Amino acid sequence: MKTFTFFGALTAAGLAAGVVQAATLDDVRARGNLSCGISTGLAGFSAPDANGVWQGFDVAVCRAVAAAVLGDPMAVTFVPTTGQTRFTALSSGEIDLLARNTTWTFSRDVDLKFTFAGINYYDGQGFMVSRELGVSSARELDGATICIQTGTTTELNLADYFRANNMSYEPVPIETNAEAQQQYLAGACDVYTTDASGLASTRATFADPENHILLPEIISKEPLGPLVRHGDDEWADIVKWTLYALIAAEEYGITSQNIDELARGTDNPEINRLLGVEGGLGQMFRLENDWARRAISAGGNYGEIFSSTIGESTPIGLARGLNAQWTQGGLLYAMPFR
Amino acid sequence: MTTIPDAPKPVFRPSMLIYDTRYRSLTIQVVVLFLFMAGAAWLIDNAIQNLRTLGKDFNFSFLGQRAGYDINQRLVAYDSNSTHGRALLVGLLNTLLLAVMSCALATVIGVIAGVLRLSGNWLVARLMTVYVETFRNIPTLLWILVFGAIMTESMPAPAAFRGDNPTAEMILGMVAITNRGVYVPEPMFARSLGDLDLGLFLVSIDLLALAAVLIAGILIRRRLLRHAEAVQNATGVRPVTWWKGLLAVVLPPALLLWALGFHLNYPELAGFNFSGGIHLRNSLIAMWLALSIYTGAFIAENVRAGIMAVSRGQTEAAFALGLRPGTTMNLVILPQAKRIIIPPLISQYLNITKNTSLALAVGYMDLRSTLGGITLNQTGRELEAMLLMMLIYLVISLLISLAMNLYNRRVGLKER
Repeated sequence: MKTFTFFGALTAAGLAAGVVQAATLDDVRARGNLSCGISTGLAGFSAPDANGVWQGFDVAVCRAVAAAVLGDPMAVTFVPTTGQTRFTALSSGEIDLLARNTTWTFSRDVDLKFTFAGINYYDGQGFMVSRELGVSSARELDGATICIQTGTTTELNLADYFRANNMSYEPVPIETNAEAQQQYLAGACDVYTTDASGLASTRATFADPENHILLPEIISKEPLGPLVRHGDDEWADIVKWTLYALIAAEEYGITSQNIDELARGTDNPEINRLLGVEGGLGQMFRLENDWARRAISAGGNYGEIFSSTIGESTPIGLARGLNAQWTQGGLLYAMPFR
Repeated sequence: MTTIPDAPKPVFRPSMLIYDTRYRSLTIQVVVLFLFMAGAAWLIDNAIQNLRTLGKDFNFSFLGQRAGYDINQRLVAYDSNSTHGRALLVGLLNTLLLAVMSCALATVIGVIAGVLRLSGNWLVARLMTVYVETFRNIPTLLWILVFGAIMTESMPAPAAFRGDNPTAEMILGMVAITNRGVYVPEPMFARSLGDLDLGLFLVSIDLLALAAVLIAGILIRRRLLRHAEAVQNATGVRPVTWWKGLLAVVLPPALLLWALGFHLNYPELAGFNFSGGIHLRNSLIAMWLALSIYTGAFIAENVRAGIMAVSRGQTEAAFALGLRPGTTMNLVILPQAKRIIIPPLISQYLNITKNTSLALAVGYMDLRSTLGGITLNQTGRELEAMLLMMLIYLVISLLISLAMNLYNRRVGLKER
């Protein structure tokens, strides 16, 4: 009987690993839609709107890729994943692309065999506390009870930060952002820690956001970006250059308003190449030449997506900060379309 | 003279493998065995192939690497610099602690509810029916979440105990029930004997000494009783033993506690939380209550079935001898019912142990949350972590099964 159980285990594991295809592009085309892993709900990044349609900053990446590959930004099957299930979902082939505010780290890139297609949000880990606690710095958190999402880099940063500062804490492990919010609001933990953007987004959904403050300390670098499986460079290139197209579009002033006009041809050869007027870039990775035009039309350029989902005019109210163009003192720098 | 022909030699033709009933079953078994082995080989090959396609290898060296994460409830020394293997041990001990606590409480609840369901008191019997039917017909996970929510949402925060006019108060100044868990006084020893290093973890010598003295006391009491019985059999007069027995069991541990400087360390509000005392976290309490009360409902049914299986005549005979209902239940009915109750009880214990793996729902750091959750996620070793976890649960379950079967053999009917 023991042998049976062992083989049963292997079966499950073997099937879970799935058969990994070489050409994701062909699979996506054959299926007619893109399977995209997102978070289970983080306002502004990925959350369903009143009509049940997924909206947000991470969702916009999925839609842009779907538009570039299939010509239809709505041809996306969204697969909500938790911090714990996301990597299994990607490596098993359940999803083609993971856009779930995932931090680019060495071990995820090298050891977990993923390829990060770029960075769509430069973030850092912060702390949120209730104003009435009277805490103004993370250094005053010795002995605090802290809600933390399991299976994330923030979990490891938190342990390192408290160890380095010789402080103790009581971790309350939770699985999803919604659960963390409930625990935090019930007062089961003094502090909620995750990426600062996630904190801002969570706070925006509170009934009384003014009673909660983000502490000034940012304790880590969290470069968040979409990722794909190792081993399919063509697919990785498509995702990577779709992201660059969105960023470059903002740099060159291509918006969802003027894109149709610019696509008729301009004096700027870079814009012409990007929008497929000349150069034939799309064919180099088996897409139509107007792939980037379709991607940008899906939700606008990077700046438009940012300001409509998480920007200062939204309840989440994030400033561009590090996520401004390199010409504006930020870190966004699209590689040349040539 | 006629010659007796030799008995016909047994002839074997391959077709007999199918058409001869003597061989047919053997043929079928061999064929099925080969099919099974081929299926297993295909699955293993599939797993190996897929691992190779993903560019992953299969090894357990991650267990020796630094874990990097913290665990709130740890029965052995652990911090973020410990290894993943150590985190596994912490998780395993948390699983076992929860399983043992839940099995014990579920048995108590189950036996009481089962007996009361047969009570002649209409109200009590119906109440127990309601309890059994409600709890066993709603999924465990929901009960866990309900108990978790009750603990976090309706208990006062530690801050409510602060200030001149606190809105919450500690019970008897000893126990604090907060939305982060229950703080109870912790037994401490002023003149501790220190700890015994067992390599993997430390064991308090104080507790070992206490257990040794207690067991010795119980053994002495048993001898006293046996002696009293011998005297009674010989002379018909039973010597008075109750105070000697009590003394033997209570006095030595009390003396030892005094010698060790036993005192209680009360929880006190310090900083964000209470400090001192034992912290029973919400997650532990929610899991413990949910699993115990849920499984208790099943055990109650087992107990009821066991009692009803004992013939009514046994009760009548006991009453005829002048035994009172309580005594009848304890001395006549339950010992016989036990034989019927224990086999299904084993599977309830196994259920509890396996259901502890739902602990992540309320953030209890058991084996599934450490090895199968954070470690798996941080190292990306899904196959290894899952296989190891399945193996561990299998071993725990087989051990419980073994222990309970041994016990079953002891209380079982001795047929000679």
